[in-house]
Amino acid sequence: MMAPAQDTGRQATAAPAIELRGISKAFGPVQANKDISIRVMPGMIHGIIGENGAGKSTLMSILYGFYKADAGEILIHGREAKITDSQAAIRAGIGMVFQHFKLVQNFTVLENVILGAEEGALLRPSLAKARRELKRLAEEYELEVDPDALVEELSVGHQQRVEILKALYRQADILILDEPTGVLTPAEADHLFRILANLRMQGKTILLITHKLREIMEITDTVSVMRRGEMTATVTTAGTSPEELAELMVGRKVLLHVPKAPANPGRTVLEIRDLRLRDATGVERIKGIDLTIRAGEILGIAGVAGNGQSELLEVLGGFAAATGSVRMNGEEIDLTGRHSDGQTRRARGIAHVPEDRHHLGLILDFSAWENIAFGYHNAPEYQKNALLMDNAAIIADTEGKIERFDVRPPNAFLPAKSFSGGNQQKIVLAREIERNPDLLLVGQPTRGVDIGAIEFIHKRIVELRDAGKAVLLVSVELDEIMSLADRIAVMFDGRIMGERLPADTNERELGLLMAGVADSAETAA
Amino acid sequence: MDYATLLQILASTLRLATPLLLACLAGLYSERSGIFDIGLEGKMLMAAMASGAIAAMTGSAWIGLAAGIGASLLLAALHGVASITFRGNQLISGVALNFVASGATVLIAQALFQQGGRTPPLTGAARFEPLALPFVDTLKGVPLFGPFYAQVLSGHSILVYLALAAVPASWWLLYRTRFGLRLRAVGENPESVDTAGVSVIRLRYTAVALTGVLCGVAGAYMATALQAGFGREMTAGRGYIALAALIFAKWRPWSALWATLLFGFLQALALRPDVIEGTLHMKIPVSFLDALPYILTVIVLAGFVGRAIPPRAGGEPYVKER
Repeated sequence: MMAPAQDTGRQATAAPAIELRGISKAFGPVQANKDISIRVMPGMIHGIIGENGAGKSTLMSILYGFYKADAGEILIHGREAKITDSQAAIRAGIGMVFQHFKLVQNFTVLENVILGAEEGALLRPSLAKARRELKRLAEEYELEVDPDALVEELSVGHQQRVEILKALYRQADILILDEPTGVLTPAEADHLFRILANLRMQGKTILLITHKLREIMEITDTVSVMRRGEMTATVTTAGTSPEELAELMVGRKVLLHVPKAPANPGRTVLEIRDLRLRDATGVERIKGIDLTIRAGEILGIAGVAGNGQSELLEVLGGFAAATGSVRMNGEEIDLTGRHSDGQTRRARGIAHVPEDRHHLGLILDFSAWENIAFGYHNAPEYQKNALLMDNAAIIADTEGKIERFDVRPPNAFLPAKSFSGGNQQKIVLAREIERNPDLLLVGQPTRGVDIGAIEFIHKRIVELRDAGKAVLLVSVELDEIMSLADRIAVMFDGRIMGERLPADTNERELGLLMAGVADSAETAA
Repeated sequence: MDYATLLQILASTLRLATPLLLACLAGLYSERSGIFDIGLEGKMLMAAMASGAIAAMTGSAWIGLAAGIGASLLLAALHGVASITFRGNQLISGVALNFVASGATVLIAQALFQQGGRTPPLTGAARFEPLALPFVDTLKGVPLFGPFYAQVLSGHSILVYLALAAVPASWWLLYRTRFGLRLRAVGENPESVDTAGVSVIRLRYTAVALTGVLCGVAGAYMATALQAGFGREMTAGRGYIALAALIFAKWRPWSALWATLLFGFLQALALRPDVIEGTLHMKIPVSFLDALPYILTVIVLAGFVGRAIPPRAGGEPYVKER
């Protein structure tokens, strides 16, 4: 209760930095935001959490002037603000860090920072001013970036810093971050949180939009939960728990960690020896990998995106050529020849839920039942005779899968693009799992998938393991790897940096391996 | 080949490179803003007809030039409306405008002058006359450079010098000004411009208008300086060669100068098969020389001479993200 006097004074008199009153927005028949009200006091970090499609992004777009609300008003520091476009939002002191950065790749950091905020018609004075200002901001907030580096040469974490610098250069005192950690390594995320804490200390107000409960718990002061366009609750972070937030988000109790019995690994299913792959430009993407996966276990591959995990899945799935040896159930697999394609891999008992659902997993414009048939379209039960497919059989099969996998809406004729991310993933999963494969390759199974569906998908993967199948799980979500995998291999720069058992490791150690810090335990052993 | 012949060919190179250079810089502005413009040809043709016709009527090359710019701007505006406001396919819009120009020019010229789709021959003030640069006489005595200065650099119309001046001017505009920064940004990532609170639409219209102006000058040069009057299809694919040059130059102003000079040189050579035969002691088909710019461009596109990476957002209408 006894806070410093000046603080209480400010808290008592200051108006909220942001206040939304009764914001509503509809797109046609879809009510994206329904009577949303929030108050965020200055110098606070306020989280907004909700599932995909809950209306978070729409709300932020309204706040940044991309959309006009149908009803409601926005107050900035107690005064009503008419935010009609981005320029107005910037003038009101709002800065936005988008999930997909809005940077010009072949510009330098300085050029990106001044773009749209130039001082005059000539660039030279603006660049000089920005250089000074960036130096100051770097010292103040741990926001070091080389001002003359090209953005395309920066790591994702540094690119994000450029976005934050852009906002601060424009004198933003309210910062909105949309899913900021989706693309960061754990270390980069930690650094970001330090930056945010610094910004809070300097009195900046921060809105953090995310679907990750851990971030909310770690950094926010207060949190609002959105569900189906409505604000279901606003609570102080200290007074809530991840379980409670998850329940508020989904509207029912959710298991954040799927319970699973200890693994009971059996015979070796897949054996990879000295696997190497060069991409089209001649760069070696996989630099000699050895891995073994046994029946009844989930091997998790952790790593920051772009360290060869995707290529590994592509090789095993049969659409990239490689050198080395891969044995499936003891038999050598052809990695380069005529017989390395998805069809033959499936015939060998390898099912594949690809990372890129939209391009490799589904044809978005095709209906659910057509998508169910892909890859298995030559299966005997889908044929009417030598010439014609038995569409009725496929549709019937699809309807069964839809029911067993709880795909919503349960309509086999809907195009794949009309399903939400979670339901699209269920369609792919149903197609691949129900063929009873010996090995399931699964990449980023819950990317863009809601918490409720995550629970379902995780359960299915564990069930498959318990049925004695081998699972190779590739994910950039460390949480997911930690909770699902029976064994964890960390990839960095095309190599396996080390293997760990989930019980014997922690996020810090894995994070170091993911960043390429040499495996001290293994070299010592 | 003696020095005098070389000078003749170089002078002809400069004359022939000028419309290519103007059109190439025109395309540079549009494409740097993210709007592909395959309609350079049509705009030049329309401008050539308009300037030829108006110069013939008024007897003033300058009024002709203004008319040419106006006609080209009209087509540029149509392209802008189709591809920026209505987010149409930029290639289709460009091709359509080329067809319109091809037909409309002959139709209008025929309706006005009844000379088989030509405009009357221009004389006197209705044409841009060659200008003598200062010190031509003083420098005459200097060996090698004297004749080069007198015959290659001097003695062109004002539009040639204007085109050459447009190169450093474009470089400065693109890399040293706020407008240039925004223009380059909008062709790479329009979202970055939009979220910075700058209008993508306005920037792109400005760029397309600049394209219109430069194509207008290029067309007027064809009808009122290079030749004396408009003739059917007189641009003869120069708009496409300029596009090829633009790729060859990797969308950069100074490189555009060198690329168009090279292509202009090839055109000048094509006019002098006797010189080629005399120098190489073999016959090279003129059609091969005509095709060389395109062949060179394909080589560049294939990545043999460093990759030509077009502006990333090129060809894609900007739709605000939901």
